[in-house]
Amino acid sequence: MTLTTTAQAATGTAAVDLDGVVKRFGAVTAVDGITLSIRPGEVVALLGPNGAGKTTTVDMLLGLSRPDQGRVTVYGRAPQEAVALGLVSAVMQTGGLLKDYTVEETVRLTAVLFGRPRTAVDEALRRAGLTDIGKRLVGKCSGGQQQRLRFAMALLPDPELLILDEPTTGMDVAGRHEFWTAIRDDAARGRTVIFATHYLEEADAYADRVVFVRRGRIVADGTAAEVKALAAGRTVRATLPGATETEMTGIAGVDRAEVRGDTVYLHGNDTDTIARHLLTRTPAKDLEITSRNLEDAFLALTADEETS
Amino acid sequence: MTIAAVPARNLPKFGGFSPGMIRLELRRMVRNRRTVVFTLVMPAVFFLLFGTSGDYKTERVGGGNLTGYILVSMAVYGAMLATTSGGAMVSIERAAGWSRQLRLTPLRPAAYIAVKLVLAMIIGAVSVVVAFVVGSLSGAQLPASAWIGCGLLAWVCALVFAAFGLFMGYLLPSENVMQILGPVLAVLSFAGGLFVPVDQLGHTFATIAKFTPVYGVGEIARYPLTHDGNLWLAVLNVVVWTALFAAGAMWRFRRDTARV
Repeated sequence: MTLTTTAQAATGTAAVDLDGVVKRFGAVTAVDGITLSIRPGEVVALLGPNGAGKTTTVDMLLGLSRPDQGRVTVYGRAPQEAVALGLVSAVMQTGGLLKDYTVEETVRLTAVLFGRPRTAVDEALRRAGLTDIGKRLVGKCSGGQQQRLRFAMALLPDPELLILDEPTTGMDVAGRHEFWTAIRDDAARGRTVIFATHYLEEADAYADRVVFVRRGRIVADGTAAEVKALAAGRTVRATLPGATETEMTGIAGVDRAEVRGDTVYLHGNDTDTIARHLLTRTPAKDLEITSRNLEDAFLALTADEETS
Repeated sequence: MTIAAVPARNLPKFGGFSPGMIRLELRRMVRNRRTVVFTLVMPAVFFLLFGTSGDYKTERVGGGNLTGYILVSMAVYGAMLATTSGGAMVSIERAAGWSRQLRLTPLRPAAYIAVKLVLAMIIGAVSVVVAFVVGSLSGAQLPASAWIGCGLLAWVCALVFAAFGLFMGYLLPSENVMQILGPVLAVLSFAGGLFVPVDQLGHTFATIAKFTPVYGVGEIARYPLTHDGNLWLAVLNVVVWTALFAAGAMWRFRRDTARV
């Protein structure tokens, strides 16, 4: 999906605007001052470990809970109002379905509530890939089918913003693939999509923008390309007695240096230059070059500090 | 990609209360065999078991026979079961997370409650009709005015149990709430003189009976047949219990829908 950001930024109202949002549950601060603006048409991944505050943030966007501090608006309105108008809808993680309705009846009920015509039901079923199992009881559907049903329900009001909270938890690989295919087809029509996930591959494959959340705060926010760049760095490890961090940081191509005893760890994008320097200008030996992957970037950004 | 201006959107009328929703909910309710057996079959079977012996058919009560008298009591029992289980549907829906899902729609909580009440009263009406049809085919005799009056009153007064069902539905977050409420209703029916006339219970029990929630409904529903008993006391009983259960349901309902 391509984005011409400047043109859209100019259209005014943000799809989502969080301003200094804080949410506490007793002594626990689940969301600790999140400020975030999302433009119409963006596909944004909220990435973070379990308990980072993703679901709490999503609940506030949907008006299911209220922030203790700060302000949440969705298309310039209070979340509850935006939900009632069908501007925003969501695919929640679990629950929210009645076993003794059929797939088609569940979608039809949603259509009735949103005042949508009968044709919208067939359309939603088709787009969620449920046409063949419309007559099946929800209780007899697999986890993946139930998730696509939640998706069909979320499509019915034809929302401007679709929120997915850990949408593929508990799905097998095939189910996950089918689900994302449906979402991707849909997002291509220009809908704003926010999805919370702890699967890195999903954020990488489907988001234009990735917002890393840890302990209720945003620790990184960038385009998918920036995330990849973040993960593209490599590390040169070498044995070099007597090295200092200042000296090592001075080497061309080194972004960050660590010295642990006789061992140095030099991080950077151009590790060949770093290695060449170490081997020709210093007595360094036992060189090793390892690449940092998304996993490492994710861990570095989202893991709790061991010292805290 | 072009971003069109966000099109105007409207909220549904009556907070989302609509015949379409009632139709779908009815269909789901009928699909649940346990509900159907509980509310439609059981009261009729009880009537056939306990109300149709030979001497009951010949013993006169008011303008009808004792079989007719028992039929009215069983119709009340059926309406009560039906409206309670209608109201108690909310517990299943809360347990399944459906109530939360509905909060992502324009359906107003008050409209949701209204839908549940309408459903409870529809199934209550069906329950009364089924019992009366079975009764009329099995020897129950009532004056025409009593067929209509008793039936209507049994049904209308069962509203108190729709409120009871709602209250319990919000109080007990259980999937099998009716397995708890079924026996509770049976005990209340004995205590309120629905299965055995109050004056056969002994003085102390007869006094206590007047304060239990089934007593008033039974007395009122049988009045067109018996023209007997203290109608105003019965009305007071129904009004007070309805108010209590409705207040309880409102209290739990507010807690449930509060945005924390």
